[in-house]
Amino acid sequence: MKENKVTNVVFAGLGGQGVLKASDIMSEAAFATGHDVKKSEIHGMSQRGGSVSSDVRFGEEVFSPMVPSGKADYLIVLSPDQVENNRAMLKPNGVLITPDSIDISQLPNKRSINVALLGVLSSYLEIDEKTWKDAIHGNLSEKLHEINDQAFALGRQARQG
Amino acid sequence: MIETEKLLLSGNEAVARAALDCGVGLGTGYPGTPSTEILENFSLLGGKAQWAPNEKVALEVGIGAAFAGARVLVTMKHVGLNVAADPLFTVAYTGVSGALVIVSADDPGMASSQNEQDNRHYGRAAGVVVLEPSDSQQAYDLLREGLEISHRWQVPVILRMTTRVCHSKTIVTPGKKNLPTEVPHFKRDVAGRVMIPAYARPAHRKLRAKLAEIEKWNESCALNEVSEKDKTLGIICSGISYMHVREAAPEASILKLTITYPLPLEKIRKFVDSVQRCIVIEEGDPFLAQCIRAAGMEVEDKDPIYRFGELNVARVKRILAGDNTPEAAPPKGKPPQLCVGCPHRNVFETLRKHECIVAGDIGCYTLGVLPPFEAMDSCVCMGASIGVGLGLRHVLPDEQAKKVVSVIGDSTFVHSGITGMVEMMYNQPKTGHVLMILDNSTTAMTGLQEHPGTGRTLNHQPTHQLDYEKLANAIGIERVFVVDPFKNMADLEKILVESLECEDPTLIITRRPCLLAAKKIKQYEEKANQA
Repeated sequence: MKENKVTNVVFAGLGGQGVLKASDIMSEAAFATGHDVKKSEIHGMSQRGGSVSSDVRFGEEVFSPMVPSGKADYLIVLSPDQVENNRAMLKPNGVLITPDSIDISQLPNKRSINVALLGVLSSYLEIDEKTWKDAIHGNLSEKLHEINDQAFALGRQARQG
Repeated sequence: MIETEKLLLSGNEAVARAALDCGVGLGTGYPGTPSTEILENFSLLGGKAQWAPNEKVALEVGIGAAFAGARVLVTMKHVGLNVAADPLFTVAYTGVSGALVIVSADDPGMASSQNEQDNRHYGRAAGVVVLEPSDSQQAYDLLREGLEISHRWQVPVILRMTTRVCHSKTIVTPGKKNLPTEVPHFKRDVAGRVMIPAYARPAHRKLRAKLAEIEKWNESCALNEVSEKDKTLGIICSGISYMHVREAAPEASILKLTITYPLPLEKIRKFVDSVQRCIVIEEGDPFLAQCIRAAGMEVEDKDPIYRFGELNVARVKRILAGDNTPEAAPPKGKPPQLCVGCPHRNVFETLRKHECIVAGDIGCYTLGVLPPFEAMDSCVCMGASIGVGLGLRHVLPDEQAKKVVSVIGDSTFVHSGITGMVEMMYNQPKTGHVLMILDNSTTAMTGLQEHPGTGRTLNHQPTHQLDYEKLANAIGIERVFVVDPFKNMADLEKILVESLECEDPTLIITRRPCLLAAKKIKQYEEKANQA
């Protein structure tokens, strides 16, 4: 059987931090690259500051929209206190991305942490920078583009730093 | 070219898009996670969409429009169909002239609900066709299919979605816009529409005859797909379970059931006979398994522990392995809470301080049950706060009865609190009663939807605004107070204490817009004033 390689990304954090926005941007960037994509999330009570997580899976053909526990290639956690309850999602040797992955003092606006961490994630994935930019701009109002471009660039360069 | 356009859509967005493409003339419903975004998106796309005060009214409006020949979409969450069950069971008898699809968005695992009822049972109980999509493409396709089935057999159809299908984004290729335009027109059909016993008796027989025809048609319907692979293992599944099964058992033969009421039993029998081991994997109740077994087929069923919560790939693997050992509890996250600065906070602080017995209701304010407030003693269903509070008052000893307060949000009050308020005056407890409407001027929990009390329609246009104070007066409540719980917490406390002491029925409206909605409300109001 031909191997059907699927990349699994889990975003986690607290309601209001932009977890769902980050997963929307990720899924649209993967979609624009030509992959099959599924994105899963739970709405509802999450608006009220509780734990939120969202799964993005992309590859040749994706079936379940949910990343199985222990199978995430990347785990992006926006709030440090949400790392432990999500750690089990990550596969052995999977990549954990948290606010510690960047120099947060360089972030022009703390609310762009979601896009900054997408920048870090982007340095691992084969998706064009322009595709990322288009997905970011498509999901945010125009007045937020510049500040989020800076946040994305900060994250994207973090691993070289 | 429109046919090759690909979109990344949630199941809810896909249904909205399909409604537009299929010429749905009216969409109506009541907000409820996970169904809310369907009508919001249908409106954004240019469709005629409106919120009804509750699901029963929504379905009744839908029935009227479908009697007149329109294509109609009615949306609600699973528990909403309980509210709309009364018209549902009889519209199955009357049928429709245009087309009527009712979305029931079930919530296995209760991400945001008070129970995890499986609404496929409604299909069987009421005699209504049930369709189950497994991703956004199928949600799109099945709305069209549902409208066509509804029109062809003149029956209502339930499109039964679940949280994962509603809220997952998957790729959708929209279809052609090929349904003919419907022109609503009133045609009298007394025997078909007026369900007095003399007309309802033949109508029931007619319904069963239609269902028999649909069942026969379903036997050869391509929507129930057989994928023949390894004959040692055959899996029967539906909805989102199909996706988990494909991933968990790529080698297995699969029968994916899409129209799950009435079931294509002969097709199922053929599949069961074609494999060595046949197992039914479905989320929620063992609905398919029981129907299939009742038809005399031997199939395996999931262990009862998998009736609870959502399925996923790992759980499907466990079901296939016959593993019923206890499952690891999912790691505990941070629970949701009332926002900092939420006007409800002061209400619950006051209720807690005075050790009230609080009959609660459904909405953001249900979070008043959690620390630091812990000021709620019951929550059953929409509107139940008033009846439950009155019941407590009727039987408790006076010193406890006088502590009972019913707490309900504005949208929930309009949904199903008004009749409770009538009851409060009709059968007054001897200690009186205290009803609080926590009016934050929006349907906050589901994402800030409008309702009749906000004075704005679904797309935020001004309309008549329901006046709770006048309504209470008309019902006969003389003690009516309005207080801003944020600015005037001391006043709130004073009114509450007096009302608990006094034996006259009292309505206290705590009025202050939800923090998350306040800015938007201001914008809508400014826009209305400019117009």
